[in-house]
Amino acid sequence: MIDERTGEVSAETRARYEAVIGIECHVELKTVSKMFCGCPNAFGSPPNTNVCPVCLALPGALPVPNAKAIEQIVRAGLAFGSTIPEHAKFDRKNYFYPDMPKNYQISQYDMPLTVGGIVRYWLEDGTRGECRLTRIHLEEDTGKSTHASADGRLAGATSSLVDFNRAGVPLMECVGEPDLRSAEEAVAFLESLARTFRELGVSDVKMEEGSLRCDANVSVRLRGAAEYGTKAEIKNMNSFRSARRAIESEIARQIAVLEGGGRVIQETRGWDEAAGVTHSQRSKEEAHDYRYFPDPDLVPLDSPPAAADAVRATLIETPYERYIRYVDGFGIASKQATQLVDDAALSQWFDRVAAASGQPLAAMHFVLGDLSRLANETGIAISGGKVTPEALAELVELTQNNAINSSAAKKVLEVLWIEGGSAKAIVEREGLAQVSDRAAVAALVAEVLDANPKVVADYRAGKTNVLGFLTGAVMKASRGKANPALTQELLREKLEQK
Amino acid sequence: MLVMASDRIDIRHVARLARLALSDAEIATFAPQLANLLSFVDELTELDTANVAATAQVVPSRNVERADALRPETLLSHDAALANAPQTQGGYFRVPRILAEDI
Ligand SMILES: [Zn+2]
Repeated sequence: MIDERTGEVSAETRARYEAVIGIECHVELKTVSKMFCGCPNAFGSPPNTNVCPVCLALPGALPVPNAKAIEQIVRAGLAFGSTIPEHAKFDRKNYFYPDMPKNYQISQYDMPLTVGGIVRYWLEDGTRGECRLTRIHLEEDTGKSTHASADGRLAGATSSLVDFNRAGVPLMECVGEPDLRSAEEAVAFLESLARTFRELGVSDVKMEEGSLRCDANVSVRLRGAAEYGTKAEIKNMNSFRSARRAIESEIARQIAVLEGGGRVIQETRGWDEAAGVTHSQRSKEEAHDYRYFPDPDLVPLDSPPAAADAVRATLIETPYERYIRYVDGFGIASKQATQLVDDAALSQWFDRVAAASGQPLAAMHFVLGDLSRLANETGIAISGGKVTPEALAELVELTQNNAINSSAAKKVLEVLWIEGGSAKAIVEREGLAQVSDRAAVAALVAEVLDANPKVVADYRAGKTNVLGFLTGAVMKASRGKANPALTQELLREKLEQK
Repeated sequence: MLVMASDRIDIRHVARLARLALSDAEIATFAPQLANLLSFVDELTELDTANVAATAQVVPSRNVERADALRPETLLSHDAALANAPQTQGGYFRVPRILAEDI
């Protein structure tokens, strides 16, 4: 049903439909130089200063491919289990646009560098999923245009300004199969791609600098239907958040169209971030007739299996594999595992603590708790600070063996953060070893009870929640060293005997 | 042969793709010329290629690549880069307005 007032479909109606989503995303590779020339691959330079005859398409200039960019695509593909075909080539994709100086883009059409593969991802609640990749291919980025009117506003712009610094920057295009069923899954898929690319060092994936841009093919169908519905292609989503909102809005729009008796038409729609809706971008029919043909300036690329094997041999654990190890192997909750995985340097550091202490869960609580707090307060990364993984592992063991209590552990950590060194040495120097000696703690308990007759009376009158106050008083009297469990046990014992 | 070839080519569409504004007279001139070209290429299909591997290149070389390094000597000065631009503004190439709906 459609609400006549708001035009929105009800949750019940929404639930009868299933979305089918396929993502295509473009990621700028992290190289020193551009794809086909020796200009800097740099962001933020003054306009048109990182340009040469090749990337400005001056007559007679010839492109030569960047070996590092080719290797990075192969590396990215292998991380997702893609096949590396033995033969690949570059093609020209012909179209006219002022930010593309050659009037064609060098891309890959029917013989890409990688084919197939699977992107595994997880949702916020820990649910896992996977999406097949069609291919990952290599192409070049276009220049960047901004619109200018006499008064500097976009509305009524009379001309556009073009900067070719970005033209020719190596660009990886990842094409996913339509395996995703919700905006949430689509975002999880993108996050998994981004994490993996960062980990591999093939891209910094800085959304704010436009180094990851994505399009989504969205269609809806009644649950259980075998056929796909007609899809619309959503463009201009420049953050994960806007991708989620854009896809959700498009799913709702298509359901409303179908429920209203209409038909979804195949078209390109642009996401309007401010309005929170997608708009039809009518395109002329020949806009998609690219007349691809092999680029005669570039010779074919051969990749013997041994070359792919050599790259495969250098691959390390992917972020997804690490997440699984943390959750399934260490018993860490999905949210905390994600926090660790999202910071590659931190998770490597954490792995050393986990290995040295043999107590991954306790280590995780220190790393994401007090240590992260200290790092935030001081603006120093944990992995770049004075606390070594070995020192934290020592601290974990001291706590787990009840040699020190948690408030002492906090103190030790604070000293370690400032001075570095060994946890054991600090415990000894500061006299923080936990007092678990019954007689010693009993003496402190007696002292505290004598000093607080009114509180004792309250407890005996049934206000047993004052136990916390009394425990705190004993801890204070012991300068934080008393074993808290033993303290409570002895307090109860004394308070119960009238 | 010639007629068949010209049936295969929509010269108005090809001209639009190439952003060429051809007059009717020019279309009358170029259509048979393009058709002749296709017929010429068709002659290649008469060759026996059963034992020839498919290729997109006639040059025998493979994997011509360069190391990922800067070549500052190839950079154009800002002035040289913009020298042939019909219009510039603040260091940019200035072109007629482009907006998404114009694509
Ligand atoms: Zn260049």
